[in-house]
Amino acid sequence: MLKYTIKRLLALIPVLIGVSILVFLILHLTPGDPALIMLGPKATKPALEALRHQLGLDLPLHKQYFQWIANILKGDWGRSIQLKREVLPLVLTRFKATAVLTLFAAFIAVTFGLLAGIVSATKQYSLWDRLLMFLALVGFCLPVFWLGLVLQVFFGLKLGWLPVSGMSPPGQAGLGSVFKFLILPGFSLAVGTMAEIARMTRSSMLDVIRQDYIRTARAKGLTERVVTYSHALRNALIPVVTVVGMQIGFLLSGAVLVEMIFSWPGIGSLMVNGILARDFPLVQGTILFVATIYVFVNLIVDLVYALLDPRISYN
Amino acid sequence: MQTELGRNKPHHDTSAEDLGVERISPKREIWRRLKKDKIAVAGGCILIIVVLLSILAPPLTGYDPNAVNTAIRLQPPGSPGHLLGTDNLGRDMLTRLLFGGRVSVAIGFAAVAIAMFFGILIGLFTGYYKGLLDAVSMRFIDILMAFPYVLLAIAIIAALGPGLLNAMIAISIVGIPYYARIVRGTVLSLREQEYIEAQKALGSSDLRILFKHILPNALSPIIVAATLDVGWMIIAAAGMSFLGLGAQPPMAEWGIMLSSGKDFLRVAPHISLLPGMAIFIVVLSFNLLGDGLRDALDPRLKQ
Repeated sequence: MLKYTIKRLLALIPVLIGVSILVFLILHLTPGDPALIMLGPKATKPALEALRHQLGLDLPLHKQYFQWIANILKGDWGRSIQLKREVLPLVLTRFKATAVLTLFAAFIAVTFGLLAGIVSATKQYSLWDRLLMFLALVGFCLPVFWLGLVLQVFFGLKLGWLPVSGMSPPGQAGLGSVFKFLILPGFSLAVGTMAEIARMTRSSMLDVIRQDYIRTARAKGLTERVVTYSHALRNALIPVVTVVGMQIGFLLSGAVLVEMIFSWPGIGSLMVNGILARDFPLVQGTILFVATIYVFVNLIVDLVYALLDPRISYN
Repeated sequence: MQTELGRNKPHHDTSAEDLGVERISPKREIWRRLKKDKIAVAGGCILIIVVLLSILAPPLTGYDPNAVNTAIRLQPPGSPGHLLGTDNLGRDMLTRLLFGGRVSVAIGFAAVAIAMFFGILIGLFTGYYKGLLDAVSMRFIDILMAFPYVLLAIAIIAALGPGLLNAMIAISIVGIPYYARIVRGTVLSLREQEYIEAQKALGSSDLRILFKHILPNALSPIIVAATLDVGWMIIAAAGMSFLGLGAQPPMAEWGIMLSSGKDFLRVAPHISLLPGMAIFIVVLSFNLLGDGLRDALDPRLKQ
């Protein structure tokens, strides 16, 4: 396992280098002069020159990349043009909010998705199965940005039960307060993933339930509960873990939209506002950060996969 | 020997026709199975209706989708002359929804077509030739897939600049690895089959083998993936417009309509809710049709 972990860590290096090159190229694929785009047509010549120099645009491309990546590794992620602040501390602060939102959504999605999938599979073709799978299909097709608005209208504006935007205001950092602000965005973000997990769990459980060893377990006289949870679920979970891993990308993507709807002060809204303001250092910083996190989360998912299924050979 | 038997078959064997059984081609069999799937048929019918309504939009409603009339702004659905009400600038919602359907559905199809075209080409050549080309392409695809998909689209828009066309290009690029992987996987197994060996022995060119003998056999999973994918592309394009990175006002496009209604949720929620509903119905229909197609193409998968 340790050998496999080290091997996987080493394999990440070329991927991360590739990611960094792509993020670096964002600035250079832009049609026109990035400095002019960032500062606008009214910018003075010295200001343009200074920005070009600050971004290293006056150097050959490969030198620009090496300088940029060296700075990134040293912790100097540049300065946001629009917010006039260092990018790295900004990204780290805002990512905390995104992490809270994403983890909360993942928790809801995994808990209820698994539950719905197990109920559906063990009661195949029952009313419960049909109802849950219909809801899963609906949840699967709902655009996250629309669901967010519907929940905002209904629970926030019509019923007035929950706050419609922002995070808990300063001075009210109690867990209850954070939770109240988290429910609507968290649930909006979770629904699609929950639906996918429910569908996958059902189909995976149905595959496993038909296996001979489950028949053996039943023939031994084990209760249905023990057969379902101790024998079937563990094996049925393996493909589900893959889906959960894939869904993390979906959650991080959805978080960008949900943050914009609920004015959640996360990294997604920072990124989109950066693009709209053509603030390249900020955009590059946010994208590089999220992509790196995503690469590492995928590694963790693969390792969990290995722990769950000792049959997999890693040579 | 086999050829001999094959040639003699009509004369000596009892064929399906002789027994009074209709011989069904694989395509007709798939079509028959699909037609029996009522849910998939419903999905297909809804899509046809949506496309027809979008095409026939101007004579149907008689309004200009961009005609501003502030005297009748924020009318609720069911108002006289405006079946689905009006938006914050007094524009007819039904007209804008139908015109928006044109843009959104067209973008969905176009994005899938572009992604599919390049994905198929990459998948065919890398799977067939393997070697360095395959290794380099797959590493590049790994890098693209190291980004969460919306984030990659956002990154591409960050470079190209916001706009409908750029958003479409961005979501198409994001889709390419998906098709490339499906096709490559199928090609890797097909290239080892005997009938491909036979074609090589007969002296068929690589291109002929790829496009005439391998591609048609790799099409089933691509068709299913593409059907399901149109819906996601529509959501992705609408999502980009919602963020202000895709279509720009005053264009009638579902994502931008949804976003422009955000400020009027309290007084006129229909401005945002109706375009969302339209996206949902279209995406659901593509999913129903796609699921039905998958079952029709491979009934063993049905559960």
